[in-house]
Amino acid sequence: MADADTFPKLLQLKASQLADHPAIREKDYGIWQTWTWADYLKEVTRFAAGLSAMGFERGDKLFIIGQNRPRMYFAVSAAQCLGGVPVPTYYDAVAEEMKFVIGHAEAKFVIAEDQEQVDKVIEIRESCPTVTAVIYDDDRGLADYDKDFIRSFESVQALGDKALAADPELINRSIQASNGADVSVILYTSGTTGQPKGVVLTYDNIRSIASICVDLEGLNETDSVIAYLPMAWIVDHFISYAQAHIAGFCVCCPESPETVMADSREIGPTYHFTSPRVLENHRTSIMIRMEDASKLKRWMFHKSLDVAKRCLDAKLEGKPIGLFDQLMYKLGKLTVYEPLKNQLGYSRTRLTYTAGEAIGPDMFDFYRSIGIHIKQVYGQTEASPFVTVQPDDQIRSDTVGKPIKDVEIRLSDDGEVLFRSPGVFHSYYKNPEATRSAKTEDGWVHTGDAGIFDSEGHLKIIDRTKDVGRLNNGAMFAPKYIENKLKFFQYILEAITFGDARDEVTAMINIDLSAVGDWAERRGLSYGSYQELAAHPEVYKLIEECIEQVNADLAADELLADSQVRRFLILHKELDADDGELTRTRKLRRRIIAERYKTLIDALYDGSDHCEISVEVTFEDGRKGSLNGDIRIVSVRVFNTLAKTA
Amino acid sequence: MATSELYLCAYSTLSQKQHDRDNQVMMPDSVVDDVLLSVKNISLSFGGVKALENISFDIRKGEIRAIIGPNGAGKSSMLNVINGFYHPQDGEVWFKGIRRNNLKPHQIARQGISRTFQNIALFKGMTTLDNLMTGRITRMNTNMFWQAIWYGRAERQEIEHRERIEQIIDFLKIQSIRKTPVGRLPYGLQKRVELGRALAADADLLLLDEPMAGMNIEEKEDMCRYVLDVNEQFGTTIALIEHDMGVVMDIADRVVVLDYGRKIGDGVPDEIRNNQTVIDAYLGVSHD
Repeated sequence: MADADTFPKLLQLKASQLADHPAIREKDYGIWQTWTWADYLKEVTRFAAGLSAMGFERGDKLFIIGQNRPRMYFAVSAAQCLGGVPVPTYYDAVAEEMKFVIGHAEAKFVIAEDQEQVDKVIEIRESCPTVTAVIYDDDRGLADYDKDFIRSFESVQALGDKALAADPELINRSIQASNGADVSVILYTSGTTGQPKGVVLTYDNIRSIASICVDLEGLNETDSVIAYLPMAWIVDHFISYAQAHIAGFCVCCPESPETVMADSREIGPTYHFTSPRVLENHRTSIMIRMEDASKLKRWMFHKSLDVAKRCLDAKLEGKPIGLFDQLMYKLGKLTVYEPLKNQLGYSRTRLTYTAGEAIGPDMFDFYRSIGIHIKQVYGQTEASPFVTVQPDDQIRSDTVGKPIKDVEIRLSDDGEVLFRSPGVFHSYYKNPEATRSAKTEDGWVHTGDAGIFDSEGHLKIIDRTKDVGRLNNGAMFAPKYIENKLKFFQYILEAITFGDARDEVTAMINIDLSAVGDWAERRGLSYGSYQELAAHPEVYKLIEECIEQVNADLAADELLADSQVRRFLILHKELDADDGELTRTRKLRRRIIAERYKTLIDALYDGSDHCEISVEVTFEDGRKGSLNGDIRIVSVRVFNTLAKTA
Repeated sequence: MATSELYLCAYSTLSQKQHDRDNQVMMPDSVVDDVLLSVKNISLSFGGVKALENISFDIRKGEIRAIIGPNGAGKSSMLNVINGFYHPQDGEVWFKGIRRNNLKPHQIARQGISRTFQNIALFKGMTTLDNLMTGRITRMNTNMFWQAIWYGRAERQEIEHRERIEQIIDFLKIQSIRKTPVGRLPYGLQKRVELGRALAADADLLLLDEPMAGMNIEEKEDMCRYVLDVNEQFGTTIALIEHDMGVVMDIADRVVVLDYGRKIGDGVPDEIRNNQTVIDAYLGVSHD
């Protein structure tokens, strides 16, 4: 078994090397249940044999929809054991989105976590003729369903037991028949534009990058992670499946999405992947809770943070830390930093990756100063998935680090980042045209991101290439750059700026309900709903101040001085993935937003001071309604550029 | 069934129920084997006020029975009679085929009837878990001494009870609030915890007093789903009082209608919907 070049082969290897070592855990009925690597292999083998008995063949697709549960991971592995391809999907996908993926991937079987997911499949059953059976994990509420079409995970495993009794080598033979060049998984990207694309990745793709990162960070079987990211996202597949199979560490599935924090505290994972958005939410909630704490605690908290910040700054500048500060830091560690880390579930964490979006310098410093080792990484599904990782001793808030081993990066003439690595994806499923436009013949992949290298060879990502525009006077307009600056304020959850082919820059803002709500409460401002709070004149003033600060910042930069935000409005509803305004990973879908809010955008530019709008909204159960609002538009002070005043 | 679109979640269960319902209508009334509880000629008055007047109906095993009626019709009084909180001046209550004497509420709870209240009656300062545990009290039979030193049977029993509670927590999807004091929970969740406590008693008959009052539409949908699932999964018979007609017509197998302490209708939802007396009572025709 020297050449364990597929994940099922790696699973066999781990089941023999680390037979009694925990492989996967799930909190069920309030207690952590553990499967060892030997159990893992056994569960997978039984399920795979059952699938095979039901007619699953080499090359067939297995559609997987559900939250992170051990059985969902077993299903991924089982499909691969049989030479098939798992197609995990975002569990909050609505039936229409599922229909597209099932149809496009021609999935033969569906694994659905519970009644909610099964109902969605039944809803689209007519239009998905390829699906022959639905297998569920949780049987609650499913007693009266059509037993011929829908069956339980256990019943499939029972079928598998029979098949294995007749032919014990059934699955082993099938595992040995695959090799590293075969397709291991198809991941549908949430797609900021148009229909999602199925990214086809081979075992070699994912295995190579996973091994490089395991070596780089020294991950091994003593580590543990919490599996809480959507299984359809490459990062979860990479960490909770691929890296776990290579390093042999334990993957812990939380009890429910709401209990992730509490479960993290219990498990104390050593390796974390998080997004700037999650970090921001944590920090906001800590800050809000500290406001409610006693005076003494509040004083201690802020003093300790100041000390931590001073120490961090000194460290970054290479200056020695004073004896007093060293002492205070130790004290702070005992009384504030460690308890805080424990609250966040970071008490044992030695490595934290963050990616997906720019991270605010304040927030970055906050976490690093209390001793959480955050590193930024950059990548995409097509790279399976990482391209750059920040080296341990060179961590900054505004770069994404250096290319990892075996990865080459270059910038095209218009500033687009291109990369080439062993992780470069095989193709887009059934879409050769898109494959050709994304991947050159010699293996370079267009990321669509505009970036620059700094003097130390660190990559900096500015924006999507296609989003970088020009104002009418020819000045560069990088919307995401400005939006990120706005979003660094805790009161602003989301911002969309406009300016390409316009005379000036304007913005639409989504306030952060918890932060602004708390702010309003402290001032005794009453409000009944998000809409009411968003329209409050005091809130407008608050946001105006934030934008002014950004303008002052932008004015300092000659290239971007013309991008100062002149007018803004606060939207009456939160942007929502159910309405198609955000992707499932919560990225802006600019084209759709521009269409839906056209009247508002026109009003931003025609000088009017308010505008009425009605937008269609989709509720969680798929019904639709409309939300009306009369929205005020406000002008903001702009600053002269330093160059001009000089 | 226009309203049933609202309850997508319950849809397939509903069509099954419809089917069962059609069968039930065919059954002769003489079939008494499947009757879990019946009240016969109940009259209850407080001083000169007649709260209930000569009410008779039955609740069959495994069904969802709704009691509806305008404000002050005597619905809650009826539930209070069933669980022994009030003792009627006249009439009989038969439970599991045995005529019941005037028992105390806790004795009745032990017989297998549990309930929730219109205005939540949880222990606000206790956690969800502890509140649910109180639902098991009727089933705990070790004394305080053994429970305090937590040894032997007391320990075994508590673990068994905790296991059952964990199943309920999982069933109601309230894992995230397991250790939260219920006073800090939003209203909809408190209602769910209360349902959990009633479930914890493993009762044969569950009385729900306005389980969806004051909820928004999403919370109502969730609650409907839980009520249907409890009925289906645990086979618990449910009697509920509810004001939302959409909900009642959708999830109930049979409905009894009260007005001014009298029974004015009894039957499957379709019958009730077309019953002129019921319509009058709801629209407020003047009573001579």
